[in-house]
Amino acid sequence: MLKKQRSSRIGIITTLLLSFVFGMFGTPGHAGAKEAKIGFVLSMTGAAAVYGSTQINGAKMAIDEINAAAGKDGVKIVALFEDDASTPQQGINVFNKFIKADNVALLIGPTLSNTAQVTDRIAQQEGVPVLAVSNTVKGLTDIGDYIFRDSLTEAVVIPNTIKIAKEKLGVSKVAVLYGNDDAFTKGGYDAFKKALGDAKIEILSEQTFAKGDRDFSPQLTQIKGKNPDAIIVSALAEEASGIVSQARQLGIPKTIPIIGGNGFNSPSFMKNAGEAAEGVIVGAAWNSASSSPLTRKFVADFTAKYNGPPDQFAAQAYAGVYIAYEAVKKAGSPDNRKAIRDAMAQIKIFDTVLGKFSFTAVRDADHLPIVQQVRGGKFVVFGE
Amino acid sequence: MSLFAQQLINGLFIGSVYGLFAVGYTLVFGVLDILNMAHAAVFTLGGLVALWLIQTAGMSIWLAFPLAVLFSGLLGLLINSLAFVPLRQRQDTYFSGLISSIAMSIIFESAALGLFSARTVRFPQGTVPIHIWQFAGITVTSLQVEIVLVAAFLMVILTQFLKRSRIGKAIRAVAENDRAARLLGIHVDGIIASTFFISSALGGAAGILFGLYFDALSPDMGRSIELKGLAVIVLGGMGSIPGAIIGGLAFGLSEVLTVAISGTSNLRDAVAFTVLFAILLLRPSGILGRGRVREI
Repeated sequence: MLKKQRSSRIGIITTLLLSFVFGMFGTPGHAGAKEAKIGFVLSMTGAAAVYGSTQINGAKMAIDEINAAAGKDGVKIVALFEDDASTPQQGINVFNKFIKADNVALLIGPTLSNTAQVTDRIAQQEGVPVLAVSNTVKGLTDIGDYIFRDSLTEAVVIPNTIKIAKEKLGVSKVAVLYGNDDAFTKGGYDAFKKALGDAKIEILSEQTFAKGDRDFSPQLTQIKGKNPDAIIVSALAEEASGIVSQARQLGIPKTIPIIGGNGFNSPSFMKNAGEAAEGVIVGAAWNSASSSPLTRKFVADFTAKYNGPPDQFAAQAYAGVYIAYEAVKKAGSPDNRKAIRDAMAQIKIFDTVLGKFSFTAVRDADHLPIVQQVRGGKFVVFGE
Repeated sequence: MSLFAQQLINGLFIGSVYGLFAVGYTLVFGVLDILNMAHAAVFTLGGLVALWLIQTAGMSIWLAFPLAVLFSGLLGLLINSLAFVPLRQRQDTYFSGLISSIAMSIIFESAALGLFSARTVRFPQGTVPIHIWQFAGITVTSLQVEIVLVAAFLMVILTQFLKRSRIGKAIRAVAENDRAARLLGIHVDGIIASTFFISSALGGAAGILFGLYFDALSPDMGRSIELKGLAVIVLGGMGSIPGAIIGGLAFGLSEVLTVAISGTSNLRDAVAFTVLFAILLLRPSGILGRGRVREI
């Protein structure tokens, strides 16, 4: 009883605080015919805050560039930012606010797949296009024809990672550790399991953990006892760093590589895991070392503006804003949700920092994935 | 076999942190018959302040640890004077004290959130040099050994302090009967304040060790240990210090073994709290509790 009162009280206080703090980020404006109102639903607090903050930076940079280039006569973007607090509940509130009160033309976000699976249904029902820029769970766009994403799914990235790990390292038996109470980490596990089966790699042991866990030593001890060639981990960055450093502390040698899912693609993983992150292999949608002029300009500008290099999530958010803007331009009217949806579905071989970008027939991202490895505290392309 | 031994050792390490946390919890309960619900928030702040001292003030862990422990103790004095002293003469002092300490814990947690933001942070690399030792298939790091030694050292000091020192004896006298203690000339209010100081200092120390062991500190880390701490002192016997230590170790072992056997952490809390439930049914006073007899 007491516990219950308490958590509801914390809930009320947090909600008040959040609405106060993040209410200030939104810049209410009246969308004329020359303005496209885009609602950004990203995680500024909670478990996914590490991704949300870099997404916001990426998105803001794209918006500034577009609005500067639009000049006096072009279509400008009016961006509204709200925090989904890494939870579906808060995500629903923000989606409703953006759709009904702010009347946005389209939505970008939310950060987590877990949230998106719930919130995107609302947008589909209301006929508001959503562009996901970080969700990688399988089948998200099956929700309906208004749901798009520019983030490659684990189902595309992971088989590529496994294939290359098998070719280059001769991995034949692995142990798997994943979070089983989250759509994203569970989705990553499903993709790994299928890819391992297709590549005929034996799974010696499967262990799970829950969101918020800090002690992974029991699971890792069991895994160590099986002597795998590699350890497959599907986790968010916060848990990933704990898993990697505890694995090394338990004496699992660096000759047994850890292969991670999309959650590892974060500088905060590298920062928190430190030395232990060396040698970790991760599949990714974006390569910061790419020689394409768009990517090089993006990395240079971003680094100068935010005093640190961008990660994949910043790149996907940055590309997402350009993709959304392309759809708005093609639609002809920046407040017609139906026209924007139709225009977005037509986008093919569009030049972005992610490479030549197209939407598949089911509105999923289509471009080339890469495999990276941590070396000297940085991601480098694996096998080069 | 070495696998099982490794799991026992894993349980021992986390159990010793639980034990240290619960000792502080149970100390206040033993003296006042009141649960200090802000204990978990002190645990969090202890860890975060130690991190701040190391990262921002550039201290070594050997200096930051005692300073952060001292700071946690001062937080205990603050909790006592704000949440408990003003209510002590009221009729419903037990219940209102519980509620006001919940308020303190929310204030502390919000302060931690405001000062350190919602991110998960860690002690800088090399705060404590880590050596990895392996023998007979078992791996132990120097950090783990240090954590157990520090926890054991603090618990031994506390036990000896309560047994032999003047203040320790006075604390036991107040725990036994505060009115009689007052009649004997013991400064009861001062003794209660020093109990809070010791209890919170231990809670803060547990927070630092927890942060060092798991390489992860965040403003909500107290939540994960709050209920476990309660369970541990119920398991060991409310108000019993050796009980809290044994309860902490038993809880740590049950968690680790459940995960090891089931291969998932979803059942971890279920098993631990089922054991607690069974203890409450079969032996309501806990493992080492003896009804109304005090043991501190």
